[in-house]
Amino acid sequence: MNVSVKPGKLIKGQTGDWEVVIGMEVHAQVTSKSKLFSGASTEFGGEPNSHVSLVDAAMPGMLPVINEECVKQAVRTGLGLNAKINLRSVFDRKNYFYPDLPQGYQISQYKSPIVGEGEIIVELDGGKTATIGIERLHLEQDAGKSLHDQSPSMSCVDLNRSGVALMEIVSKPDIRDAEQAKAYVTKLRSILRYLGTCDGDMEKGSLRADVNVSVRKPGGPLGTRCEIKNMNSINFIGQAIEYEARRQIEIIEDGGTIDQETRLFDPNKGETRSMRSKEEAHDYRYFPDPDLLPLEFTQSYVDELKKKLPELPDQKKARFIESLGLSPYDAGVLVAERESAVFYETVLDGLADKTRDGKLAANWVINELFGRLNKEGHGITASPVSASQLAAIVGLIGEGTISGKIAKDLFEIVWTEGGDPRELVESRGMKQVTDLGAIEKVVDDIIAANPDKVAQAKAKPQLAGWFVGQVMKSSGGKANPQAVNDLLKAKLGI
Amino acid sequence: MSVDAATVRRIAHLARIAVTEAEVPHLQGELNAMLAFVEQLSEVNVDGVEPMTSVTPMEMKKRQDVVNDGEIPDDIVRNAPETQNHFFLVPKVVE
Repeated sequence: MNVSVKPGKLIKGQTGDWEVVIGMEVHAQVTSKSKLFSGASTEFGGEPNSHVSLVDAAMPGMLPVINEECVKQAVRTGLGLNAKINLRSVFDRKNYFYPDLPQGYQISQYKSPIVGEGEIIVELDGGKTATIGIERLHLEQDAGKSLHDQSPSMSCVDLNRSGVALMEIVSKPDIRDAEQAKAYVTKLRSILRYLGTCDGDMEKGSLRADVNVSVRKPGGPLGTRCEIKNMNSINFIGQAIEYEARRQIEIIEDGGTIDQETRLFDPNKGETRSMRSKEEAHDYRYFPDPDLLPLEFTQSYVDELKKKLPELPDQKKARFIESLGLSPYDAGVLVAERESAVFYETVLDGLADKTRDGKLAANWVINELFGRLNKEGHGITASPVSASQLAAIVGLIGEGTISGKIAKDLFEIVWTEGGDPRELVESRGMKQVTDLGAIEKVVDDIIAANPDKVAQAKAKPQLAGWFVGQVMKSSGGKANPQAVNDLLKAKLGI
Repeated sequence: MSVDAATVRRIAHLARIAVTEAEVPHLQGELNAMLAFVEQLSEVNVDGVEPMTSVTPMEMKKRQDVVNDGEIPDDIVRNAPETQNHFFLVPKVVE
């Protein structure tokens, strides 16, 4: 796959510009009920060592049996990343010692992963995009969890996470600055959530990233990289890259060299620091796991999964632009989060005339609804105004029953009090007056009461605006503005 | 292929097996004897031969995605030398 790397923001040093080269390994927890090789629950939390089978605790004689759903999820994800699916892959043992790894090895995939090369398109500021290559995706087991703060001399080990399926998604070193890195994780997370293969909950650790950072003179040979481990916030990833790149540039410009090492980001101090004493951790002595046969499936198995794949954000965005005439920016905002797209599409389903009101509905979802939700700190799923209520409001504007201005008042009522927008418009008399006779009477009254203004307006037609204001005011904002304008022009002779 | 004394010590450390200095020469000899034995395999030409993973043609068995195991914390920690509220207790492993 031939990916053209997008140049990133260069960093100025004392010896000129520096380019940052970034590659990422994202660990995404596979959405499944049970673990990768056992029937224990994957549910988050739970009492210590409750969601653990004898397989997960690595009791002697236990054998792993693969969960077919995890295989499907990995294939679906590979398809969503436009990647090559390997019909034959192999599980290997990655050996290291740690108390929360009871087997003494992690079952992973080394030489033959289930998914090979792919690519995703990420959205950057100002409507630009970049294509980031995917190197591979493989299935592996999560480890348990160690708690160090429960006792002064002992660590507590909980194996509830032990054996939960993870997808490790490795990017090519195509990322060139912090913005691209953040956009990459954002897009990857969005794709996984659309596919339903990972819930993307970074706070619970369902999605975490290891970030490899090195610096070089633009176009020069690659520098030595440092790996920043276990990042679980997109903003921290950006901060860590900025800090780490500057740290490396300073060392090199002072005549030093970069040691290849693993570092941790400290969000409180905003800096990365070395994880000491891990120098042997890299000798993993991989070898094929003799407990597991190679994982094999047919192309028709892959084709079946491909047929049932949901519409992904890029496709959805293109459809919104093409069939509803949304701007690329609006379409991008609506598809970024799966829940937003679902909400918008439910609004569309509630519209009598999608072609007429689709764009108006997008404006209302993005400006009025998102604006209000952000202000109140609600997520879209906790919106007090439902999609069908919003569809009714948009429909009322589209068909000319209420004006945009009245619609904002109506939105406010629905937000705070709830209720059916159509009934509210009736019961509270919010309907736009399109009865020309009634409007004409108001126009006539105002013209009769203000002879001086009439004379002025005849000389200076732009003063007609004052009359429009008066008519709207005395009709409580319900007069159809176009009808008012037309009538005034005729009556004033301008 | 043969291993030296330093490699023996390193392998022992990676496997977390305590090996005294006195045991190293003996283990080194044993490992080298085994390696020499295995080395004979390289006399066979295996160009273009797929590694054999099973003597009979077999497909990997797969499980349905159902929760049918676990919820046995008493059993899980039963053999542990030290526990607390169903946690395993181990000597502190953080720096």
